[in-house]
Amino acid sequence: MNKTIIEIKDLRKDYHIGEVTVHALRGVDLRIEEGEFVAIMGVSGSGKSTMLNILGCLDKPTGGEYMLDSVNINTLDKDATARLRNKKLGFVFQSYNLLPRTTALENVELPLFYNGKIKARERKEKAVNALEAVGLGDRMHHMPNQLSGGQQQRVAIARSLVNDPVLILADEPTGNLDTRTSFEIMELFQDLNSKGRTIVYVTHEQDISRFATRNVIFRDGKIIRESMVKERLDAKEILLTLPVENIEEFDA
Amino acid sequence: MNLMNLFRIAVRALFRNKMRAFLTMLGIIIGVASVIGMLAIGEGSKRSITDQMSSMGSNLVMIMPNMQRRGGVSLGASSSMALKYSDVTAIRNEAVNILAVSPTVNANGQVIYGNQNTQTSIYGVNGEYLDIRKLNIQSGRIFSESEVRSMAKVCILGQTVVENLFGEGSDPVGISIRIKNLPFEIIGVLEDKGESGMGQDQDDMILAPYTTVQRRIAAIDYINGIYCSAVSEERSAAAIEEVEEILRRTHKLKESEENDFRVMSQSELIETVSTVTNIMKLLLGAIAGISLLVGGIGIMNIMLVSVTERTREIGLRMSIGGRGKDILRQFLVESMMLSISGGLLGVIFGYLLAGLGGKLMGSAAVVTTQSVILAFAVCFAIGVFFGWYPARKAANLNPIDALRYE
Repeated sequence: MNKTIIEIKDLRKDYHIGEVTVHALRGVDLRIEEGEFVAIMGVSGSGKSTMLNILGCLDKPTGGEYMLDSVNINTLDKDATARLRNKKLGFVFQSYNLLPRTTALENVELPLFYNGKIKARERKEKAVNALEAVGLGDRMHHMPNQLSGGQQQRVAIARSLVNDPVLILADEPTGNLDTRTSFEIMELFQDLNSKGRTIVYVTHEQDISRFATRNVIFRDGKIIRESMVKERLDAKEILLTLPVENIEEFDA
Repeated sequence: MNLMNLFRIAVRALFRNKMRAFLTMLGIIIGVASVIGMLAIGEGSKRSITDQMSSMGSNLVMIMPNMQRRGGVSLGASSSMALKYSDVTAIRNEAVNILAVSPTVNANGQVIYGNQNTQTSIYGVNGEYLDIRKLNIQSGRIFSESEVRSMAKVCILGQTVVENLFGEGSDPVGISIRIKNLPFEIIGVLEDKGESGMGQDQDDMILAPYTTVQRRIAAIDYINGIYCSAVSEERSAAAIEEVEEILRRTHKLKESEENDFRVMSQSELIETVSTVTNIMKLLLGAIAGISLLVGGIGIMNIMLVSVTERTREIGLRMSIGGRGKDILRQFLVESMMLSISGGLLGVIFGYLLAGLGGKLMGSAAVVTTQSVILAFAVCFAIGVFFGWYPARKAANLNPIDALRYE
């Protein structure tokens, strides 16, 4: 049996805005095993972003339990959660969040700077490997503004991989990309997943969610449906059927 | 994150906005340069004033009549007739801490030679006066005992008087001039002495035997002051006490009566002047310090802008494992780099400023190590102090909000 990466029981999150209390999450139970590829879906305000923030240990739940890789998050203080994020999690954002005027390589190295145990040589080696894994071995010394959106997102994915995390969290990773590039990113995710990476991503696009192995649908702070994806899409196959007109030419 | 990497990040962040970093540093540069420059000018003028004052005489102890008050009305120091020649004799005979003593009788008057004339001060003194005041004879001689006793009409001229009457560089020894219409023979000329610490021309004077000035020119029976040389500088304080004791006795002052004279030593005078110049130095330094403070506020300002601009970067760094203190350090190192490199450049410009200021003021400006260390320490403190608030602000950001910041 696979290792359990995420185990959530009766998770609640309340926000206080003035005198109004917003119940963003109202009792969520969720379990994600190692090697899963999960898409979290839901309309805006459904609580999916709050869920992702808590999954990423950027936010603390108001109630309930969250075990990440057998660590109880509730017991950790601020610095310990930062360390946990550094060691166990990888983040991919909709808007890439790369440091400007900093080479791809250095962007990818960044998480390792916050791990005092890793020496400069090892850091660089890991970053090079991660960039090669996302197919950007030849763009290592490019600045973000010399890269296309898709390439930038690949750099960001390499950055999320570099610390060998137990879980990669992606917040609308294709939100800023055109269809073809979106599929390319999903192809990369599927590839990483096939090599054993556990990936959780948030999306509101139906077709993007069908690349995952499992869909979790939120509404009003609760999971309303959880299902295995029946006819799972293979990004590589779809890309072959797409017209080849706008590959990279616009981007590069 | 180790220090090396923090430095690299800071350098990169500053180089990303070269102009901005430079302008921010400029505030510190100007501040530090002015602190160092001002303190150097202050120190320089203090030294030159004290130097000039110590050239006034050797371990000088001066005795002046005290101002007399009758019913609250001051009659002025010169109207006092408290000092007599007998006081000089008493000091000479009794004071063990005094090496040389001379009375002074002051007069002002017109001096005429041929068709030239000048207005100058005439000091009646004895032969010891030249040693006491560190005056040297350039040519001729000083007056003798017997000339003093016989109220001889002989005189020694200061350089300014020589210039005014005979033209520069001439040697008028042996020539006769008229002082207040009395004929005097010039027996000597003094060496150039320059200005005193108070900006007084020490060469614009004529020395004559005190007896002559007292009887023939001023027509008085008292003296205006007594100049003494203490045995050594350390003993000048003891000399003051001794002189006071002697004079109180010879003046027959009762226990309850105040002194009718004033005794000052050169070292006291130098101290007083030092206090004044120290205050001036402090004032200059304080004004310069304010510009340093303004520079510091500039750093804080730009760091706040920088934190706001890089909110998303901060969010990212936090999400990939940067702790609050990592972020705090990053921005502190950045602000300290601004202030310290500004400080370094400021020290260099401070030296230039001191040199320039010294030239303009005509006195050598002295940059003390102390002031350089002070300026540097202040820079360091400014980096931490004014960097702290923005860095704290960055470290306390909520990563979720920071990541979403537009």
